[in-house]
Amino acid sequence: MAATSTGIHHRSYASELALRHTSAEKFRLVLVVLAVLAVPFVVSPYWLTIANQIGIAVIGAVGLNILVGYTGQISLGQGGFLAVGAYSSAILHVRGDLPIPLSILLATLTTAVIGAFFGIPALRLKGLYLAIATLASQEIILFAVRNWDAVTGGRDAISIPRMELGRFVFRQDFHWYWVILPIAVLAVVSARNLFRTGLGRSFMAVRDHDIAASAMGVDVTRTKVLAFAVSSGFAGLAGALTAHYTGIVTWERFTLEESILYLAIIIVGGLGSIAGTVYGAIFMITLPALITRVGQDMQGTLPGIAEKLPAVQVVVFGLVIVLFLIFEPRGLARIWQRLKDYVRFWPFRY
Amino acid sequence: MITRSYRHPLNSSRLEPGEPLLEVSDIRLRFGGITALDEVSLTVRQGTVHAVIGPNGAGKSSLLNCISGLYRPQDGTIVVHTPAGAHDLTRKKPHRIARLGVARSFQNIELFRHLTVLENLMLGRHIHMRNRLTRSLVWFGPARRQEIAHRELVEEVIDLLQIQSVRHKPVGALAYGFQKRVELGRALCMQPALLLLDEPMAGMNAEEKEDMARFVLDAHELAGVTAVLIEHDMNVVMDISDRVSVLDFGRLIADGAPEQVSNDPDVAKAYLGEEVRA
Ligand SMILES: Nc1ncnc2c1ncn2[C@@H]1O[C@H](COP(=O)(O)OP(=O)(O)O)[C@@H](O)[C@H]1O
Ligand SMILES: [Mg+2]
Repeated sequence: MAATSTGIHHRSYASELALRHTSAEKFRLVLVVLAVLAVPFVVSPYWLTIANQIGIAVIGAVGLNILVGYTGQISLGQGGFLAVGAYSSAILHVRGDLPIPLSILLATLTTAVIGAFFGIPALRLKGLYLAIATLASQEIILFAVRNWDAVTGGRDAISIPRMELGRFVFRQDFHWYWVILPIAVLAVVSARNLFRTGLGRSFMAVRDHDIAASAMGVDVTRTKVLAFAVSSGFAGLAGALTAHYTGIVTWERFTLEESILYLAIIIVGGLGSIAGTVYGAIFMITLPALITRVGQDMQGTLPGIAEKLPAVQVVVFGLVIVLFLIFEPRGLARIWQRLKDYVRFWPFRY
Repeated sequence: MITRSYRHPLNSSRLEPGEPLLEVSDIRLRFGGITALDEVSLTVRQGTVHAVIGPNGAGKSSLLNCISGLYRPQDGTIVVHTPAGAHDLTRKKPHRIARLGVARSFQNIELFRHLTVLENLMLGRHIHMRNRLTRSLVWFGPARRQEIAHRELVEEVIDLLQIQSVRHKPVGALAYGFQKRVELGRALCMQPALLLLDEPMAGMNAEEKEDMARFVLDAHELAGVTAVLIEHDMNVVMDISDRVSVLDFGRLIADGAPEQVSNDPDVAKAYLGEEVRA
C-alpha cells in the first residue's frame, strides 16, 4: 500500500480490506486507545459509572443497529431482549450456581434463540407493522417476566452476589470498567467484521432490496431470522452484563423506554454505522447525566430546579431525536465524516 | 473484442452445446382477470443467446419472473437441466433457483442502492461462498481468505465490463448506463448456468446499446454463457441472438431462427399493431 498525494494505492486485496489504511488513521486509533485507557484514572466516580453504562449501551446498540440499520428490520423490542439476557444470566448464576462468565455466555445464546423466535413476524411484516409486532414482543416478554413468579421471582428483584475472581471481588466501577471495556470493544470489532464478509453483505442486501437479494441466492427468511438472533444476542450480552454489574435485576429497568433509548442511540449515532453507534451511545447516555449534573450545580442559584429535571430530560431527549431526524438523518457518524473531510481539505472547499 | 484472457470461467453449466438447458412447458399465469402467459412453451439450448421479444405487456418479464421463481404459474412446468438431473422450478423459492445457476438482471434496475459496486458484485458471489456467523465475526482466517479469493473473479468481471473507475462508489450515485452494467456484472459474478436479461439495453442511446450488446456477447463468447435476452429493439435482436421467441398478449406467436421470425406475418402484425396502438 502507498499513501501519496494522489490518494491511497493498494497492491493487494488484503491491504485494501484492512480497516485502517493511512498512518493518520492509525495515529488517531492510538490516541483513542490511550484516552479510553486513561478514563478510569482521570474521571470522577460519577462519570466512571456513566462510562460503564456507555460500554454496556454500546453492546446493546450495536446489536440493534445490526438489525435496524444494516438489515432494515425495525425493532422496538430491544428492552425485552435485554431483560431476557439479564434474567437468564442472573437465574443461571444464582439458582443454577454456574460461574458468571458461563452464565453470561449461556444468557447471550438463550437471548439469541428467543430473539430469533420473536423475529418470525418479520418474515411477513415490514415497516410500521413490524414496529408494532416488535412492540408486542417487548410487552409479552415483560409480561412473562412479571408474572412467571416461579422462575423470575415476578415483580420482586433478584439480587446477585458480587462477581469474584479467586479472592478478588469486583466491587467498584473501576473494576467493572476493565470487564466491560474489552467486551464492548470485542462487540464493536466483531460487528465491524461481520459487515466486511459475505454474511453481513447478505443482511444489507435484504435491507436494500429483498427481491434482488433472493435472486442472488440469499435466503431472505433465514437472513432475517439470523439478524434477529444476532441482534438479540448482543442485547442479551448487554443485559447479562447489566445484571452482574448492578448486582440486581428488576423488570422496571427494561421497559419500552429502554427500547426507545436504544433506538434513539442508533438514530442519533447513524443507522448502518458501527462507529456511529458508539458516538450515539456516548451522546445519549452522557446527555441526561450532564443535565442532571448541571441541574444539581444550579440548585443554589435556581432553587426548585431539581424537581423539574426529569421533565427537562424528557424534552431534551425528544428534541434531540427530532432534530437529528430532520437535519442529519445519517447521524453523528456523518457529521464526524464531514468534519474529517473539512480538516483534510482545509483550506480548500471542494 | 477480447483483449486479455480471463482465469475464471463465467459459465457453470457442464452441458454439451445444443442440449436443452431450460424447458418451459405450457405455462399459464393469471393475475385476476388478466392472462399474462397463456400456454407458453419454449426450449433454451446450451450455448445460445435466446431472445424473447414482443410488444409492451406481452408477458416477457412475467416469463422471466416465472423462471426465476418470483411468480408462480398456475399451470405448466419449467425445468432446468444440470448434470445432477432435471429440476422443476415452479415449486422452488427464488434463492433455490439461483443456487441452480439461474442468474438474472431486472427491467427496472434493482441494485443494492446503498452498497458500492464492489459489494453489489460480491453479492453475486453469494451462492459460491460459505457463510458462518462465527467466522464472519472473527474475520481473520477463513472469512478473510474467502473474501480475497472471491475478489479475484469479481475483478475480472469489473475488467470485462470496464467499470474499474467506479468500483468503490455507491451504486445509487452512478449514471444509468453504469448501473445497467453493474446489474449485468452482478449476474455474471454468479458464474451462471443460465443468464436471464430483462431489457439490458432499455433506455439507452445507440452508443450505450452497442457497448451493452458487446458486453453480453463478450460474456457469451468468453464462456459460452447461455442467455435469455428480452429486448425491444429488433435490430439488436437480429444481430446478436441465435434464436427468437415472440410473445403477444401472453401467447407464443413465433419461435425460431432470427431470419425466419422476422419474416413471419404474425410477428409483423403484432409489431405493426403496437405502432398503431402507440
Ligand atoms: N405483479 C403483477 N400484478 C398484476 N399484473 C401484472 C403483474 N406483472 C405483470 N402483470 C400484467 O401482466 C401482463 C404482462 O406484463 P409484463 O410481463 O410486464 O410484460 P412485458 O415485460 O412483456 O412488457 C401485463 O398486462 C401486466 O399488467
Ligand atoms: Mg417487461
